[in-house]
Amino acid sequence: MTIRIKKESAVITLKPVVEKMSGVSLDACYQCRKCSAGCPVAGPAKSAPSEIIRRLHLGAGDELLENGLVWMCLSCETCFGRCPMEINFAAVIDALRSLALSKGGKVPEGNMPLFNRMFLSNVRIFGRSYDLSMIAGYKLGSGSLMDDADKFPTMLKKGKMAILPPSGADKTAVRRIFERAGQGRGKKK
Amino acid sequence: MKYAYYPGCSSHSTARDMHESATAVARALGIELVEIEGWSCCGATAAHQTDRVLAASLPAANMLLAKQMGLDTVVTCAACYNRMKVTNHEVSSLPDMRARVADVVGQSYDGSVAVRHLVEVLLEDVGLEKLRKSFTHSLGGLRVASYYGCLLVRPQDVTNFDDAENPTILDRLVDAMGGESVEWPGKVDCCGGGLNLTRTDVVVKLSGSVVDMAIASGAGCITVACPMCQASLDLRQQDMQKHSGRRYNMPIVYITQLLGLCLGIPPKELGLNRLMVAPTSVLQSIVAKA
Repeated sequence: MTIRIKKESAVITLKPVVEKMSGVSLDACYQCRKCSAGCPVAGPAKSAPSEIIRRLHLGAGDELLENGLVWMCLSCETCFGRCPMEINFAAVIDALRSLALSKGGKVPEGNMPLFNRMFLSNVRIFGRSYDLSMIAGYKLGSGSLMDDADKFPTMLKKGKMAILPPSGADKTAVRRIFERAGQGRGKKK
Repeated sequence: MKYAYYPGCSSHSTARDMHESATAVARALGIELVEIEGWSCCGATAAHQTDRVLAASLPAANMLLAKQMGLDTVVTCAACYNRMKVTNHEVSSLPDMRARVADVVGQSYDGSVAVRHLVEVLLEDVGLEKLRKSFTHSLGGLRVASYYGCLLVRPQDVTNFDDAENPTILDRLVDAMGGESVEWPGKVDCCGGGLNLTRTDVVVKLSGSVVDMAIASGAGCITVACPMCQASLDLRQQDMQKHSGRRYNMPIVYITQLLGLCLGIPPKELGLNRLMVAPTSVLQSIVAKA
């Protein structure tokens, strides 16, 4: 496979930033591709872990943040588990996601950032995940209201989905964590 | 045997059956699970996909509560287990991370609280011998595919759960219950759980391949120890059917539900009525021990 990197995109390369954020050195990768062979979503993402690493080696810039694997990655960590050089690729992807969030950019198919926002905003309010509210928020935001509509009545009937919001968490402590972690994010350049 | 119990958010929603069966089994075996008062969400995938410090701070706050109790923490959800283990690893090996987490949580956490999955406690602290003696019923030779998924076994150096490529903890429990643990290649494959709402098509494909492998190995059910795996494999069988045209009727049961049945606990107390695919064939194979 040929990887083309545009000259202008190589001005600000992501590799040092990603390495610093993740604490992972990518220099040890010698492209054996065991990570890609085991990646369950390399097909639908139209990209693979070893390819992302190679692109970073070759000076990829912000265009990499729109690569399909960035938000398709399931964090199953099969790549890390099988890497002969013990490169934590899952941490690399998490760093790319953080960068994608801070720099904006194209919303990926399925809108995982919206899902994460809905999940975390419920945790911030209730101290625990509130599935019903989180799912409703995601579905409204993504316009996927009718997906799985057939399953919810059965789930509710079987008690597989709590109707009332969760209670019992130390909400003050959780709010403090969100506020202070958010401030920390603000401080980063 | 006394532990600090962290149920996790799914225990009160999509995995009430996991919570019900885990607590019923613990009670029957004399394991005392003391729920951590005021526990909060571990942050799950959403936190670590967003911010590394937030992702370590949420579990750390809970483990600080467990530390005050002076007990090992027992977890039933594989995702909570993973996030807590990763947090322990990060704060104990990265001084900078420990400092940032301390700043966010308002208290320093050194990563010293032992985090264990309930199945580890069953195997290591209770032991197979005592379990066998406690069983009043047997699985009657039921063929069971043990499914571990990702979050228990990876990364191995962090979770230290059994073996990353061929774990056998669930298989050993199945055999002890008089079932037959099948050899199959899907044990540590990913069900796709993280994309359940966002890219359902991918979940149907990945979970479908796991269920197909279990069917091909002759399993009568799949047993799990993770609420996300349970939800994907159980809930998505209707979609697998639509996608492939084949009929799916594979019960996806928590290991604690099987254990509960063998301890003579009524199915309803184990939440078996909550499963999407009715576990009729599993219930039919249960026999009282002579």
